[in-house]
Amino acid sequence: MRMELIQPFINAADAVFAEALQAPTKIVDLSMDENTYRRKGVAALIAIKGDIEGRVILDLAPEVAMRVASHLAGAMVPESEQVVRETVCELANMVIGNSVTLLNDQGFRFKVFPPEIHMSEQGLAGTVDTEAMVLCIKTPCGEIYLNIAMHYLHRRRHEQAPVPTLD
Amino acid sequence: MQQFRALLRKDQKPVRYLVVDDSVFARKNLIKMIEQFGGEVAGEAGDGLTAIAEYNRTKPDIVLMDITMPQMEGIEAVERIVRQHAEARIVMVSSVGYQENILAALQKGAKHFVQKPVKPEVLYEILRYVLGDDPNAAGAPVALAGERLS
Repeated sequence: MRMELIQPFINAADAVFAEALQAPTKIVDLSMDENTYRRKGVAALIAIKGDIEGRVILDLAPEVAMRVASHLAGAMVPESEQVVRETVCELANMVIGNSVTLLNDQGFRFKVFPPEIHMSEQGLAGTVDTEAMVLCIKTPCGEIYLNIAMHYLHRRRHEQAPVPTLD
Repeated sequence: MQQFRALLRKDQKPVRYLVVDDSVFARKNLIKMIEQFGGEVAGEAGDGLTAIAEYNRTKPDIVLMDITMPQMEGIEAVERIVRQHAEARIVMVSSVGYQENILAALQKGAKHFVQKPVKPEVLYEILRYVLGDDPNAAGAPVALAGERLS
């Protein structure tokens, strides 16, 4: 697990939630997990492929998503599955957008895939056992969970060691 | 809630905005800010193609344009709108603030860039600058808006 790849996601999530919800947030329960991810509410899974590869899962209860939606809209929003999906997607896009901006500006090149939303009773498809950083961010709307697994596929071009030559 | 002096057109009428984003909540959030700035929503669109049609229909004073959208992305929509309407004033609003993204949008004719989540006070200063209300308000460099370029 490379913390320099994980840290931008943690920083971005904390900043995005605090800014979007206009209130202080707190990171709690930071831990490593090697087991298949067990979803807690409605989850958005975003895959990243390129110089760095991995995935980020953003997970929150439907009632938390509804409170976030009402805050973003500036008025109470009637509860529906569509609203919950849209809210989780928008939060995931903001967190990923802000974090990949930092990584991209550091010289990493990669593709970010659109969020996959998981709402059904089944677990998250395609999340095999992998070492991940798991954290919970406490916000005024409720708890939001992040599960981040990221590794290098290639070093940044300027960091690649020259190929040794044989005499 | 923060108070802002109303941004008005030179004829003292409210500034009319076209809000383009595939997320309903992102649009509602921007509309909330537009109302705080004393503006009026001329139209909304959820993708680049609809944005072009809505621009032609409503002729807004300002377009707030997301980048990543289905059907047609924001940067291509900017290029097409500016090709037809050189006077168009478009501000990009996106979570993704890569320098190359910002530069591409500016090269296609966007006037400025702001990163999500949007801070009302940052958007307000950018709008003042783009509307020509205060040439010093947001300054020339995009860095003041996106806080990314150094």
